[in-house]
Amino acid sequence: MSEHYYNKKDLAKFSKVADFQKNLGDKFFDYYGEVFKDSELTAREKALIALAVSHAVQCPYCIDAYSSDAFEKGWSEAQMMEAVHVACAIRGGASLVHGVQMMEKVKEIAM
Amino acid sequence: MKSLKAQHHILADAYAQIGIIEHGMSDDLVLPLFREKLRQSGLYPLKPTEITIFQVNIGKMCNQTCKHCHVDAGPDRKEIMTRETMQQCLAVLEENEQLKTVDITGGAPEMNPEFRWFIAEIAKLNRHIIVRCNLTIILANRKYHDLPRFYKQHRIEVVSSLPFYTQDRTDRQRGNGVFEDSIKALQLLNEVGYGKAGTGLVLNLAYNPAGAFLPPSQAALESEYKEVLEQRFGIVFNNLLAITNLPISRYLDYLLISGNYESYMEKLVNAYNPIAAENVMCRNTISVGWDGYLYDCDFNQMLELQVDCSGKHIREFDAGALAKREIITGQHCYGCTAGSGSSCGGAIAENGPKR
Repeated sequence: MSEHYYNKKDLAKFSKVADFQKNLGDKFFDYYGEVFKDSELTAREKALIALAVSHAVQCPYCIDAYSSDAFEKGWSEAQMMEAVHVACAIRGGASLVHGVQMMEKVKEIAM
Repeated sequence: MKSLKAQHHILADAYAQIGIIEHGMSDDLVLPLFREKLRQSGLYPLKPTEITIFQVNIGKMCNQTCKHCHVDAGPDRKEIMTRETMQQCLAVLEENEQLKTVDITGGAPEMNPEFRWFIAEIAKLNRHIIVRCNLTIILANRKYHDLPRFYKQHRIEVVSSLPFYTQDRTDRQRGNGVFEDSIKALQLLNEVGYGKAGTGLVLNLAYNPAGAFLPPSQAALESEYKEVLEQRFGIVFNNLLAITNLPISRYLDYLLISGNYESYMEKLVNAYNPIAAENVMCRNTISVGWDGYLYDCDFNQMLELQVDCSGKHIREFDAGALAKREIITGQHCYGCTAGSGSSCGGAIAENGPKR
């Protein structure tokens, strides 16, 4: 094992996870491949969604992969940053919306 | 920006380039040899199929100095083909009917003062003519403004570089103001009928990545180009050719300076596609340099790797020897076999060859 929890080169070994559980690994990668094909959404649109989600889940491997993929598929730097802001807004909003719960609890117990 | 040659850059030397491409910059990078990949695909030694495309590079002179240019072309390059060499090319075309397509490239081929004469002579031989036009040349000087009409007069297929449908990516690769001038030039080509249904005047655009990555799907990209160019600028065209940047000359310089060389080479190797290898353009093309020497492709030409058979110059053209020769390959060839493959006609393993 490397000295660091995250190693850039591990991204290229992603498919090796199937070595320990081939059946589930193969099913996952088949599904994964199918998800990113052109369908109701284009592969290009999916790359931008994946980039935003990568930031929401804060996965450095995903950010590496989908920064490249989204740029290669023609999204501009500004568009990619807007996608990151969408992730940020949802994450921030998810915290903030719980403020309603806090307010109601406080109102419940306050004189 | 000056050419590598004008800078006396080490990469202006073909042997130095080959050394880097074949052996890398560090001992850490060990890549499988391209010829071994070909062997595994049952294609080594690589042999021609039928040579039908006669590609002529009539000079390295260009009005642009693009960052990715494999020719290292630019305004400071003075090497251009003479009329004498063009006459030798015409003699070969007369004697070899199987050379159905003549593909004229450069630099900016229009800057060669013999360009129009050469095209008119080829047209008399009833061949399909392609001119690789960088678009901005049409606006560069008044004497080039009538090029769209000239192309139309000779029913030339125009292949124009437009690395992207947005200004930022295009200008980053090809220089400030190139996108705007390219759009104007495309509108002028459309005005005379190029790219329009029913005219028979073919206008194809060439995409190549503005960075260290491979082209995305050619078909998907073509749809995006068509939608954006028509909506924003009223421009129409026929096909988009997605071309991979090969790691030579100025693009190699970019890869090395930006620290992307090793990862790019790994990307090319990992994306090796045997179907693309089977369809590489060097199997049906012969490339003629500005000085008349013959090469397997325009990339081997820039690496000064002359054909490996007798008759290395156009004046001693030997169709029989060329048909039997072994095509010279190297690590740079991974650029033509990665993913959907790449050729002067675009992807070669996505929807089949363009021609």
